[in-house]
Amino acid sequence: MTTISSPSARRGRRARQSGGDAVFAGVSLAAGIAILVVLAGVAVFLIVQSVPAFSAAKSDIPGAGSLLGYLAPLAFGTVLSAVLALLFAVPLAVAIALFITHYAPRRLAQALGYLVDLLAAVPSVVFGLWGIFWLAPKLVPLYLWLNDNLGFLPIFGSPSVTGRTILTASLVLAVMILPIVTAICREVFLQAPKLQEEAALALGATRWEMIRMAVLPFGRAGIVSGAMLGLGRALGETLAVALVLSVDPTLITANLIGTTNPSTIAANIALQFPESFGVSVNILILSGLLLFVITFVVNLAARTIVAKSAVKV
Amino acid sequence: MSPRGPRYGSRTQRQLPNWFLGVTGVGSVVVGTAGALGLGGGPVACVVLALVIFVIGSSGIAIAVEGRRRGINRLATILVCTAFGIAMVPLVSVVYVVIKNGLARFDVQFFTYSLSGVIGAGGGAYHAIVGTVYITLLTAVISVPIGILCSIYLVEYGRGPLARAITFFVDVMTGIPSIVAGLFAFALFELVTQDPGYRSGLAGAVALSVLMIPVVVRSTEEVLRLVPAELREASYALGTRKWKTIVRIVLPTAIGGIVTGVTISIARVTGETAPLLLTAGFSNATNTNLFDGRMANLPEYIYFQFTNPGVPVQAGVDRAWTAALVLIMIVMLLNLLARLVARIFRPKIS
Repeated sequence: MTTISSPSARRGRRARQSGGDAVFAGVSLAAGIAILVVLAGVAVFLIVQSVPAFSAAKSDIPGAGSLLGYLAPLAFGTVLSAVLALLFAVPLAVAIALFITHYAPRRLAQALGYLVDLLAAVPSVVFGLWGIFWLAPKLVPLYLWLNDNLGFLPIFGSPSVTGRTILTASLVLAVMILPIVTAICREVFLQAPKLQEEAALALGATRWEMIRMAVLPFGRAGIVSGAMLGLGRALGETLAVALVLSVDPTLITANLIGTTNPSTIAANIALQFPESFGVSVNILILSGLLLFVITFVVNLAARTIVAKSAVKV
Repeated sequence: MSPRGPRYGSRTQRQLPNWFLGVTGVGSVVVGTAGALGLGGGPVACVVLALVIFVIGSSGIAIAVEGRRRGINRLATILVCTAFGIAMVPLVSVVYVVIKNGLARFDVQFFTYSLSGVIGAGGGAYHAIVGTVYITLLTAVISVPIGILCSIYLVEYGRGPLARAITFFVDVMTGIPSIVAGLFAFALFELVTQDPGYRSGLAGAVALSVLMIPVVVRSTEEVLRLVPAELREASYALGTRKWKTIVRIVLPTAIGGIVTGVTISIARVTGETAPLLLTAGFSNATNTNLFDGRMANLPEYIYFQFTNPGVPVQAGVDRAWTAALVLIMIVMLLNLLARLVARIFRPKIS
């Protein structure tokens, strides 16, 4: 009796003891898998809901009358505004990161970093209001001047009198992505090898020469990936653009300071969605899917660069 | 004049004095203001022109007097400091503009009345504040357990391809545009309810959870990895089970960092507008039922009060600014709280 029951009893106790472990491991695994399910869900639901768009009648598609003709201007506006924002934000972010890591007094540096981070705390709709009421009117004289003096360039065509142009929208976007690009550059610059920096200074290099020789080459991959992450943010930014831009969603133009501007995918969804029904909702979801794919590719590229550089470090 | 020739100059040789930047600064402000006013520009043009003259002028003088290398060094220093100053312009002006315009309606009525039945001036944002609190709380209830458990899996259990896949897709999820999250929740609830007009606080919370979960996972994972392995090993050596080690040792050690991360992620989703535009709908009346009916919230309130201000226009725009002030105050307070928590609990982690 005892010889038979004791092993099974021991096994039973062991099973009961590790029961808590098994449950806990199972629950946390389930949470991990839930994330995969949600992400798959995002892709699947967007695809399912955008399929009807392909069989939409021509009269249901606003503007050009074909899906491609509808999506192309939106994709153009999205990429244009995001790339412009990046052009403004990246040099500024690199300089700010250098200021915080290599120029500011060490005691102040962290507090100054918080100040830049605070920009990330301002909600996008508030940036939209700020863009319309504060930034746009201040840029109108600049746009008039640009048109007067550089009007022969196609990017400075007939200027807007409200200032609600794609250049203004890009500036707002640049402000919004500044914190994330700065944060990543800061982190990378802090990791630059101290010995090399000190060696450069000891050899008589000025501070700028030291930065050019020791810090920037080390941080190049970090700058690029930070820029890509910022690009991903700028591509998907919605309400700031929807509020600031005065749009014509069918327009493709090189004029950055015009009265009507190309819309972006995200802003177009926000503006059109409340009045849409039936198949036009499916068309909007299709454009959302396109945006999802674009940002996915950009983020993927950023992560790959980070991963590769991490191996090198 | 100098006894030593410039070519063999020591460090102090041919160096501009400290007051040099002050002189060029004042000079360029004067010249820049005069020039901009002469050309018919406004105060902004004055500042910009003065700045350009300052940068070019002082680095030009420095290059001429101190030599090319030191001059370029000065130019870089000036540019880097200017860049930081430029970044402060939007921050300061956003805060200034929002406070200036927001104070007009920052009164008791704004916090105690909804917009139900309000035409023209008056009314408040009570319904939107209530809605924002409800939706954000539900979002946190959905996201925080999933996020923390997922990061526990990644740090304590996850090995092999599945853990790598989850890490990768959490990164992907961080990059999902907020409007796409809104479209997802809309598509999900349309399929479930078969009603394209379905709007509720629940749908909004689901959309926001898609944005919040990856932030919680990332921040929690980071602090869990900071918990020293010795603590875990000591616990195992005493015969404690793994799950009990995690619950009793790892989580309490990291609790400060976890709370900080969760607070920051809540702050992030509180300001999200786009997903709620597609999922939560908007109403002028107070609705406290998360599962039924349109639910107002502060970000959408700002958007609609600005785009559809009604008559007179100024009343609606004033309400939008005050709501923006309230929203910024909530988000900044949450951020401040997160920093405080991080500071209080810091010694425990390290």
